[in-house]
Amino acid sequence: MLTLDQTLQQLMLLASEHFKVPASQLKPDDDFFKTLGINSLQTLDLLTRLESHFNVELPDYELQGVSDFRTLAERIQSRL
Amino acid sequence: MKHSAPDLSPYQCLGEALGEALDKRQTQVALIEADRERENCRLTYSDFKRSALTIAHALQRAGFQEADRAAIIMANQSKWLIAAYAVFYCGGILVPVDYKLTASEHLPLLAHAKVKVLIVEYPLWRALTQVAGFKEFVVPTAIVTEAPKNLDLSAAAWRWEECRDREEPCFVPRRRQDIACIVYSSGTGGRPKGCLLTHENYLEQCEALMAWYRFWPGVRYLSILPTNHAIDFMVGFIGPFVCGATVVHLRTLRPEYLQEAFSRYKITYVSVVPMVLKALESGLRARFKALPKARRWWLDRLISINRRLTRNKPHPALSRRLLPQIHQAFGGELLAIITGGAFVEPSTLQFFYDLGIPVANGYGLTEAGTAITVNDLRPFRADTVGKPLPGVEIKLVNCDAEGVGQVATRSKMVMAGYLDDPELTAETLVDGWLMTGDLGRIDGTGHLQLFGRVKNMIVTDGGKNIYPEDVESVFNGIPVKEYCVFAVNFVWKRRTLLGEQLMMVLHLESGDEPAAALLSELQARNRKLPDFKRLNAYMVWDEDFPRTASMKIKRGVLAERIVSRCEREVVLRDL
Repeated sequence: MLTLDQTLQQLMLLASEHFKVPASQLKPDDDFFKTLGINSLQTLDLLTRLESHFNVELPDYELQGVSDFRTLAERIQSRL
Repeated sequence: MKHSAPDLSPYQCLGEALGEALDKRQTQVALIEADRERENCRLTYSDFKRSALTIAHALQRAGFQEADRAAIIMANQSKWLIAAYAVFYCGGILVPVDYKLTASEHLPLLAHAKVKVLIVEYPLWRALTQVAGFKEFVVPTAIVTEAPKNLDLSAAAWRWEECRDREEPCFVPRRRQDIACIVYSSGTGGRPKGCLLTHENYLEQCEALMAWYRFWPGVRYLSILPTNHAIDFMVGFIGPFVCGATVVHLRTLRPEYLQEAFSRYKITYVSVVPMVLKALESGLRARFKALPKARRWWLDRLISINRRLTRNKPHPALSRRLLPQIHQAFGGELLAIITGGAFVEPSTLQFFYDLGIPVANGYGLTEAGTAITVNDLRPFRADTVGKPLPGVEIKLVNCDAEGVGQVATRSKMVMAGYLDDPELTAETLVDGWLMTGDLGRIDGTGHLQLFGRVKNMIVTDGGKNIYPEDVESVFNGIPVKEYCVFAVNFVWKRRTLLGEQLMMVLHLESGDEPAAALLSELQARNRKLPDFKRLNAYMVWDEDFPRTASMKIKRGVLAERIVSRCEREVVLRDL
């Protein structure tokens, strides 16, 4: 099973690939809306990608209010 | 077959109107809750009533009485509607709270509304209990849905799933003038604006809307907007229920499941905020662009033919035959997309209309009982926000030479006032007219066009009203002499409702440039706000802010001074 840190690193890598933002620009506590320049609908695309990568289901309503990579990684981790 | 508009004149309150529909349509499907490809539940009107009366009995057992207040904080799902009807059945006042606010924003609203019962989804309840100040907040009873089985809830919190009373609760009727709902149009960080909406407001609004956009048994409304949103509350709950239609809740906004839901449930109507409409448009345009040249040419021809044939009014059957693949992608039975809550670009409206999918765009405010004007599609006018609904009067106040003035409205749908705020009520309701704070013009055919605002606020394309006063508190204590937040278009007037932004005016302790540490602090605080509430820009101002005797900032005066000395493009910096 992945550690939280591994989940976080993989998550940031996927986000950087998906939205074409250099991975070196992403930090765990970054607000991903701002760093990736995306709105809430584009976040849903990312969630779908993360679900298939980590093989978990991430309900939209449980991610309400989550806006940084670290918290998102924690939510994924709790479902692994 | 012609379907008639509902006659709600015999009813005094929502509890009566909904109750009769539940008894009349017992075996018809009232509500379907879907999550992705799964169907969580499917309730007939009879099942719905049974579930709601169970909750109503639990409420009464908790001492909930006539005119007591119950708040709901939930994403859109079946229990939202069940809880709401239970509250109305008990003669209570419903406080629908925006679940997308943060937990620390929920608390002051719940306290302001003095709720006796809180009905809340577990993830949101968990967040609430972790907020500083929760312990001091006293809610006599909380009903928590979907809480994990092995979790120990506090003594005052009940599990929804364990409310299993089979005794008949007592129906408590209300009068038309009694308050049905307290809906917060703003006030999460400042002065709470709790709109007091009566049973009459809702019954009249429902009749008026359903006169133009008919619902009947067999209609399936797809609910993806939160039901606390005024539009979904009306066209995704009250309207369809009193007309015997079916509401389909989809608990995800992922495009792949959205398209599947349209097809699987043969959706008739759906409501979306402009941001989602725009995303749908972009997706369709991208697909059209990817077509081989010959197919693209043919599609453009068919769209053009459809545009000509629907110039005077929609012809759904004809449009479906001309453009079958597009209509199949929306389930094949979609009559209209309902939108509102923020401004929609005319080009987007025209794009969908030309495909044979009319967008019922309109204009409204929570204070006006939801919609004031709606496009009646006879003919469709992409350049306006429609005509006043039946029973609604509008007029323009302080018009300029071009006929643009502040929109005021009067009807039986206008709220009774703001909760515990007679001063604000008197400013907003003047001689029976609701002053909207929006600038408009009425054309020769009675259609309303909007041009901007006189009030200091913005509306996001996600349909959120943001008042500068509500975000200022996040910046309390920053090391500056003084600061305040403005809607950029309030300072530099622009005749548009698109791309509205917030800015901060900084009066520094010294110097004319903010230090790097201060900027970092501002950015960090800004990130604490939900993404739709964030400031986009700042400017530095070198004079003391003009203030009233009670030290409130005279925002209008400050804005005028800024405009007289500064150009928007020169002084604004990105935050």
